[in-house]
Amino acid sequence: MRGAVRPHAARLVVAAVAAAAAELCGLGLVAAAAWLIARASQRPELAALSVAVVAVRGFALAKGALRYAERLAGHDAALRALAELRGRVFDALAASPRHSSTAPGADGGRGRDGEALTRLVSDVDAVQDLLLRCALPAVAAAVCGAAGAVVCWAVLPVAGAVLAGGLVVAGVVVPVAAAVLGGRASRRAVSARDALAVRALDVLEGARDLAMFGAAGRFAGAAREAAARLERAERAAARLGAAVAAAGYAVQGVTAALVVWAATRPAAAARGVDEVGAAVLALTALVAVEAVLPLGEAARRLREVRPAARRTGALLRTSPPATPPPPAPAGGDAEDGPVGGAAVELRGVTLTYPGGTAPALDGVDLRVEPGRRVAVVGASGAGKSTLLAVLSGEAAASSGTVRVGGRPASPGGAGGTVRGLAQDAHVFAATVGANLRLARPDAGDAELREAAERAGLWPVVRDLPEGWDTPVGAGGRGLSGGQRQRLLLARALLAAPPVLVLDEPAEALDPVMADRVVADLLAAPGGGTVLLVTHRLAALEAADEVLVMDRGRIVQRGRHAALLAAPGAYRDLWDAELLTT
Amino acid sequence: MTGRGDGGAVSGAAGGMGGAGAVAGAGAGRGGARAVERRLRGLVPRRVVGALAVAAAGQGVLLVVQADLLAGAVAALDAGLLVWLVAAAAGRAALAWAVAWLAGGTAARVKADLRAALLARPPGGAGAGGRVTLLTRGLDAVDPFFTGYLPQLLAACVVPVVVLARLAAADWASALVVAVTVPLVPVFGALVGARTAALTARQWGLLHRLGGHFRDVLAGAATLRAFGRAGHQSGVVRELAGEHRRATVRALRVAFLSSLVLEWVCALSVALVAVPVGLRLLDGEMALRTGLLVLLLTPEVYLPLRALGARFHASAEGVAAAREAFAALDGDGDGDGDGDGDGDGDVPAPVRPGVAATAPEGAPEIVLEEVTVRYPGADAAALEGVSLRVAAGERLAVTGPSGAGKSTLLLVLAGLVAPTSGRVLVDGVDLAELDAAAWRARVGWVPQRPHLFAASVADNLRLGDPGAPMGRVRAAARAACAEEFVEALPGGFAAVLGEGGAGVSAGQAQRLALARAFLSGGPVMLLDEPTARLDLASERALVEAAARLLEGRTAVLVAHRPALLRAVDRVVRLESGRITSSPASAASARVSGGVGV
Repeated sequence: MRGAVRPHAARLVVAAVAAAAAELCGLGLVAAAAWLIARASQRPELAALSVAVVAVRGFALAKGALRYAERLAGHDAALRALAELRGRVFDALAASPRHSSTAPGADGGRGRDGEALTRLVSDVDAVQDLLLRCALPAVAAAVCGAAGAVVCWAVLPVAGAVLAGGLVVAGVVVPVAAAVLGGRASRRAVSARDALAVRALDVLEGARDLAMFGAAGRFAGAAREAAARLERAERAAARLGAAVAAAGYAVQGVTAALVVWAATRPAAAARGVDEVGAAVLALTALVAVEAVLPLGEAARRLREVRPAARRTGALLRTSPPATPPPPAPAGGDAEDGPVGGAAVELRGVTLTYPGGTAPALDGVDLRVEPGRRVAVVGASGAGKSTLLAVLSGEAAASSGTVRVGGRPASPGGAGGTVRGLAQDAHVFAATVGANLRLARPDAGDAELREAAERAGLWPVVRDLPEGWDTPVGAGGRGLSGGQRQRLLLARALLAAPPVLVLDEPAEALDPVMADRVVADLLAAPGGGTVLLVTHRLAALEAADEVLVMDRGRIVQRGRHAALLAAPGAYRDLWDAELLTT
Repeated sequence: MTGRGDGGAVSGAAGGMGGAGAVAGAGAGRGGARAVERRLRGLVPRRVVGALAVAAAGQGVLLVVQADLLAGAVAALDAGLLVWLVAAAAGRAALAWAVAWLAGGTAARVKADLRAALLARPPGGAGAGGRVTLLTRGLDAVDPFFTGYLPQLLAACVVPVVVLARLAAADWASALVVAVTVPLVPVFGALVGARTAALTARQWGLLHRLGGHFRDVLAGAATLRAFGRAGHQSGVVRELAGEHRRATVRALRVAFLSSLVLEWVCALSVALVAVPVGLRLLDGEMALRTGLLVLLLTPEVYLPLRALGARFHASAEGVAAAREAFAALDGDGDGDGDGDGDGDGDVPAPVRPGVAATAPEGAPEIVLEEVTVRYPGADAAALEGVSLRVAAGERLAVTGPSGAGKSTLLLVLAGLVAPTSGRVLVDGVDLAELDAAAWRARVGWVPQRPHLFAASVADNLRLGDPGAPMGRVRAAARAACAEEFVEALPGGFAAVLGEGGAGVSAGQAQRLALARAFLSGGPVMLLDEPTARLDLASERALVEAAARLLEGRTAVLVAHRPALLRAVDRVVRLESGRITSSPASAASARVSGGVGV
């Protein structure tokens, strides 16, 4: 995180200097005005006041201008740091194998990913707050407070000491106390909020189930209780905030009173402090204390922002420091179009997900020759998706080796060797055509259309109002599940990588269409190695080889016909399919 | 002294620290914001507004008293007044405490009310995640409206008047200058603000698009990596963030200008007051005490007005959150296309004791007569004149392409969606006349995507019967082929499922839903596509379980995979909301009874 801020340190310093200078002008303005008025009442020559008159005007104009400069410079620097941080976070995320450490599909895709993403985005944005609402105000307050104490010290040392004491209370003691107590209050609120989120999701998403089972009242009660707990926590936080606000006024008033009291002492008169000095002291004290009051808010803000900064820092640390992706081999295989397939080799690959009891892959040995078309079948949870994830580098094996085209598998598939239809494949907020061209930026319309036809996407595109140029919203809104699936499949086909891995490529299609698409994927001439997971066996005659998985192992492998010839797991599956068709 | 006109004005201004989102917020749809703001203010009890106004007046008075005492003590070098000065400061502190406490409590109260109302109105379909966010963190955005803007609004109305009155008593000439220049703050604010708003509105689309891009590429990071485009995109992220910065700073340059102008207006006004005061002091026409008082009080007239702009600006996000909440409550929210526009859809219909007819127990006959369902806002009817008779104990499967109205048919039968026209008869009694709770108690329900609650597996299964003993829970799980995987969970039946049922796969969730239906029993069974997205082995287990579940019950089930059709007596096909296959052709799909597994 610091790395993102450091390149823009100079701009930040400029902003901080402007901020401090603006506060100083405010202080100077009031002190000069107080001196001016008090001195005027002593009826000196007009000339004696002229410097102060100019100073007052100058301070007034400069204060506004400096504040303006500070805001622009501060925002500019903060946004520069934000841009840099966004780039780094993206690099980190793109480089890490899989930032969600759960088994694929374990949460049933219930949209909590979206929540995590929103938090990540706001975590990154928090760097702005850290700089603009914590760092800059703190610098300005510290400088202005110190300057006020120095001015008072120069007029009357005792008054300076009193003011310094008041500043420490208002600017350090109160904010720190508020942060400590507020931390407790906000932890309570956070836990209450999380509890409410869980209960509310139950009540809102499960509304129909609850109604049908007559349990709505019970669950609504639990949700209301969680809401009430949150309200109590919020009220406690509000009481604390009220106490902080009150403390600010109290400290300011008492400090000013004590400073004036010091100025009325005989000792002060002995040092030549008259009503002019007293006026300067009183108003300087008022303004200086007021200048440090924002520190309370800055401390509160800092407490809120710190976890975000910590999370972002952790994310940046867990992944290799912004290494640019290895340059594509000469000629850039992204532009090459279909090339011959690559061999795939797994040796003793075992993978256990964190928190999982049984391994998702259990000592898998597998070699697939270049250009072969392989289908993977088995019950849900047999390890099919994990096998593909390991191949594409999305998941790292706990032990064993995975080699694709002779090189270790890695995210990005050793320069894009392996591409597929990941379960978390994303449809970008762009046109349909742009989403496809992601796979091959130079693809022509004919190639787009061919991929679309193979994936069953073409009829969809043809019916869209603007064809290829129809925008699909963030996250692919506006597409049905089946349409989205076809778009992702077409994109994977367009990429035509040496190794293509597809997880349930026809899942959301109707059975006839699904069988047609799968058969085409397995039978199409040329192109690379294909591994696809499916649960429908009807189309697998076209496969060069079928792998049957069970509990993390490959229990059978061979051609469709050969597997059917002998009793075994595959024939059981086939019988079941026949029986129920 | 409204301050509302200058809201947006001063907005970009002193609010300044808000940054990009802030500018965007200021520009975005301010027209509707006023109505939302008015409605938000309407949520505050009158006595709270009254108390805040009184506190504001008190603040104003104490402010004047404090200034008076300070001026007196300094001018006369009189320490005797300082005790009173401390007392005045203590009074201001007490009032500040009261205001913050009252406003914070109001915020908590209003949010609690909104949460309760939102909890009672489930969104249709998949909108629950967004609604939960709105319920928790989203609504927190309204805090600044109640804790900052509202008290400041009252202070801006009251404090300048009080201070001006004291000023007039001390020196009417200065008061006159202030009274003439004070309106300049809202006027200049409005002028600069209107200009700013137009500029930022133009920038808003750009800012929004650039801001959204980062989220989009983060969501798609894995995809970009898979296609080897991550390196290219990494540059694009920085580039677009840079463009975002330039656009924002361009907008801020103008937005902050308004605060600069206002600051100079105030400084100039103070100078206009101060110069004559200085001259009169010089001439001995004015006492130092009065001069100091004028100096202390003059800025305090302008301050609340300038602060109001900043507060208004800070509350913009809250107004947006409130708008979302109100939209959801008014039923025209985004995720609400699920047909509860009449308030009788997703939410259980109110029980009408006395009116409710009772139907005899046992497996009933169900007849649909010309049932049409039209969701608000939808072009076509989800169901169009569907007539169907399901005999007592008959098991009927409904097939058809997605979007044909199959799920709607089940919702109608469950009483979760009321027919737009036509009626449903249960043993000859109109479903609309039946007591909803009593009818649902007779219906077993396995929805397309069952919701699993954040509770133990056992509690999830006995949803309809909280007192069911473990023996029955286990038996139901066994019947649904769920016992084995439940026992494998850490904790078995006591295992607590995560938010929204995390921890089990989609296939397992469906088996748990079956077990739930087994447990609560009922002579009627409604199943919605229970075998979608399952591999064959799971599907077969599920079919066996479902076949057992349907025995001896009047059942309607939706399936477009063939496996389940063997477990039913009859199949009908729905297309575009109409039944297309005649009973005769459906008979060809008829299977001789039970399941042959």
